[in-house]
Amino acid sequence: MIDAERPLSPHIQVWRWHLTMFTSIAHRASGAGLYVGALILAGWAVALGAGPAAYDGYMHLLGSPLGKLVMFLLTLGVFYHLANGIRHLIWDTGKGLDVKSANFSGVVAIAFAIVATLVIWGIAITTGAA
Amino acid sequence: MVQLALPKNSRVQKGRHHPAPAGATKVKTFKVYRYDPETSENPRWDTYDVDVDACGPMVLDVLIHIKNTMDPTLAFRRSCREGVCGSCAMNVGGRNTLACTHGHTETPGADCQISPLPSMPVLKDLIPDLSHFYAQYASIEPWLHTTSPEPQGEWLQSPEDREKIDGLYECILCACCTTSCPSYWWNGEKYLGPATLLHAYRWLIDSRDEATGDRLDALEDPFKLYRCHTIMNCAQVCPKGLNPAKAIAEVKKMLADRIV
Repeated sequence: MIDAERPLSPHIQVWRWHLTMFTSIAHRASGAGLYVGALILAGWAVALGAGPAAYDGYMHLLGSPLGKLVMFLLTLGVFYHLANGIRHLIWDTGKGLDVKSANFSGVVAIAFAIVATLVIWGIAITTGAA
Repeated sequence: MVQLALPKNSRVQKGRHHPAPAGATKVKTFKVYRYDPETSENPRWDTYDVDVDACGPMVLDVLIHIKNTMDPTLAFRRSCREGVCGSCAMNVGGRNTLACTHGHTETPGADCQISPLPSMPVLKDLIPDLSHFYAQYASIEPWLHTTSPEPQGEWLQSPEDREKIDGLYECILCACCTTSCPSYWWNGEKYLGPATLLHAYRWLIDSRDEATGDRLDALEDPFKLYRCHTIMNCAQVCPKGLNPAKAIAEVKKMLADRIV
């Protein structure tokens, strides 16, 4: 679309977002975040193998306020990516693609991610795991 | 490539203000994208204080009113003024639509912002260059392909088979959907975009067409078809209420079915 002489008309600068546009970019963002999550999990396994001192240090890091924030966002990312991934699987069968259903399933995916994250963290906090 | 910011020559500057005429009874501000190819200046946002009591209810009525009474230099495409030709497709209040069937009160907010179809080269003001869009449409060979001997009369089709192209043949090629698609914004050179793919599906499921295999071969490409990530902007904005996202999903299914 690039034409050196002609200006390019504004796109994302003027767009009024749709819910389905948000759920799409959030799927991409949570997917990218989960790559980082996989590295954190791998780091945890490495620390576990490296002995008690390394493991304690790693767990201390994860237990810090910043570590907890990252873990909280990762939890949100896991549940959102899961729910929205199922939404994509349903779409791949050709179903649920009308605008009304797509908007509705988007709300469901976001609501599931928030509720599931709060439940998991509620359990973690009440059992003393977090 | 994802490019969030506009190129330097495309950044929209503050423009001129056209005040309401004396005696205006109900004034509404319209912020309109302007670009004059005869100067080297960047595009700009001009604001027009329009007396909406003096013109019709649609965005196109407002644009015609501006051109007739306030600023004859404003350029835009229009023809049928009833949502059939697709000429006046543009972005109104952040969504692509046909100016002729969209009421200016339908967009939220006190003001109304109007710009050309997004992420296209601008020829002048609200007129984008659609050459690439039409070339992509032509690339799917949107006509009946047959190898059987031609029948005496018409190529016949059962009512059930005819029903399969409902929701597809109504497309007027206004480009609202294609230029609403972020995938098309970032990969428009290679990704065919929603409108062209909807037409591709229209020929794929036409019972009279005999080139289904060739058509599918042509679409089996990481960019032409699979840049669709079900963002759904296409279906959200289609002024005819069609669903290109669904059509694209059906094409993907046909390709998967062929392998299984």
